[in-house]
Amino acid sequence: MPVTDRSRLTFYLLLAPLLLWLVTLIILPHVGMFLVSLREKVGVREYETGFANYAVFFNEPLYWNTFARTAYMSIAATVLTLLIGFPIAYYIAKLTRGRTKTTLFLMCLIPFWVSELVRTFGWMILLRETGVFSNVLQWAGLADAPVEMLYNDAAIMVGLVYTSMLFMVVPLVTTLDSLDDSLIEAGYDLGASGFAILREIVIPHAMPGIVSGCIVVFMLSLGNYLTPILLGGKDSLWFTGLIYSQFITRFNWELGSAFGFLLLGLSSTIVFIGLKLSRQSLGRTMAQ
Amino acid sequence: MITGIPQSGGFRWTYRAYVTLFFIYLALPLVTVCVFAFNDSVFPSLPWEGFTWAWFFGTDAPYIGVFHERGILRSVVTSGIVAFWVALLSVFVGTCNAFLFVRHDFRGKGFLYILMLLPLIIPGIILGISILVFSSSVANYLEDATGLWFDGLRPGLILVVLGQFSFITTFATLVISARLQKIDPSLEEAALNLGATRWGAVRAVTLPFLYPAMAAAGVVAVLMSFENFNTTLMLVGSDAPLTITMFDRLKLGSTPVLNAVSLLLIVASAILGLASLLLQKRTE
Repeated sequence: MPVTDRSRLTFYLLLAPLLLWLVTLIILPHVGMFLVSLREKVGVREYETGFANYAVFFNEPLYWNTFARTAYMSIAATVLTLLIGFPIAYYIAKLTRGRTKTTLFLMCLIPFWVSELVRTFGWMILLRETGVFSNVLQWAGLADAPVEMLYNDAAIMVGLVYTSMLFMVVPLVTTLDSLDDSLIEAGYDLGASGFAILREIVIPHAMPGIVSGCIVVFMLSLGNYLTPILLGGKDSLWFTGLIYSQFITRFNWELGSAFGFLLLGLSSTIVFIGLKLSRQSLGRTMAQ
Repeated sequence: MITGIPQSGGFRWTYRAYVTLFFIYLALPLVTVCVFAFNDSVFPSLPWEGFTWAWFFGTDAPYIGVFHERGILRSVVTSGIVAFWVALLSVFVGTCNAFLFVRHDFRGKGFLYILMLLPLIIPGIILGISILVFSSSVANYLEDATGLWFDGLRPGLILVVLGQFSFITTFATLVISARLQKIDPSLEEAALNLGATRWGAVRAVTLPFLYPAMAAAGVVAVLMSFENFNTTLMLVGSDAPLTITMFDRLKLGSTPVLNAVSLLLIVASAILGLASLLLQKRTE
């Protein structure tokens, strides 16, 4: 295509919305947030530049324990989601076909079109003291009094795994679908055990799907607010909860911005490490 | 499907039982929410007090149904307005982006593409606070400089729309680009040979080919906008969209009217989701 003035004009017209969007809604806000996080309040409407807000974070055990707790709970949720989801993805990709396959896949998708709020609400009705599980246990004679299953770490975990499941199952099904069945059959013909086939053929082939699934699930868990707050209660100690309270309840935007940046840093670091370990590019991972 | 592999019956049955259990786990919370929408009790919990439609159509307190509950109806309208603008903006920008990334080669393309994907890996709550911080400082600056009020830059619906738009556009771009990559360039060239202008060829040939993908992107945008919580929470003003209203009610403890809203939401999102799938299937 010859570079004419008109095609150059088209190019700039197409570039303008992209730049407008990225600069005003993504880049400048994050730069601005970083600058605010460097602001120390020394008096009314008086500020100095420095790392005091970050120092507050490292000097206050509550803050940084919450940070660490959010990180390892998210890692646990990611691992659990992978362990639970992998057999399901394998079943859908390799052991069903035609209409059954489509139906099972749709059944995985539907819960995730529904608002996270509704899903969490469902778990609240199931788990709370007057809830369904508690009543079933009493009716079955396994408990004498109402059992409170809400407001603990296990409840948070159930909710996180539930919320993230789709983002693990879809990339896994996609990569497993592309694995040639004859490879697995050849493995069997050559006398390999089921476990050896899983380790030598299936998992290496599914690695891109595993990595992108894990990255997305980890990010979603880390940045989740609804599930920990509603299922974990007031003492859920989730980092997003701290950010919210600094911003909305305490009105301390400087500290809140610093917290936001730390969370962003953690999440980007993990994504980066995941991509490096698996030698994949962001574009390919996200496209799955 | 793998057929030629011998597996013990016990293993096969355990595997099937596991898959069945998994789907029960997926369905359980949604089914529970729906069932309790019909419980004739003021709490969405057991015991079961009998079947009622009151949480949909009831008019007498405390049995006020969804269709007579002002607060909820108002927030549905708010959510609808937000979703409309988000869908419109993100499909427009997404279509421009698709043409830019698929049809043009330029320096820095790879870098811009990565930037375009970034909103996917930024946690929603951080997108929310960064836009909140930035727009407030711009508003402060402008108000100090001009002495006028800039309410649009304070928490409220405009910021909610912008916040949701900031990451939904990435999805729209990906959906529309995927379709644009598939069009046969010879079709457009044929139009050019037949004397069409460049813009005329795009309008007559390429855009109609893209409509299903644009519609699918629009439906996805509406779905994501309706159910977004994290970003919206940080940017919301006095007019609360549906998820925020429901969250506030949920924290206080509520009547099964919330279950009724949830049931309607489940039905609506299932329909919209299927529609987007069908639209995307037509593009293949």
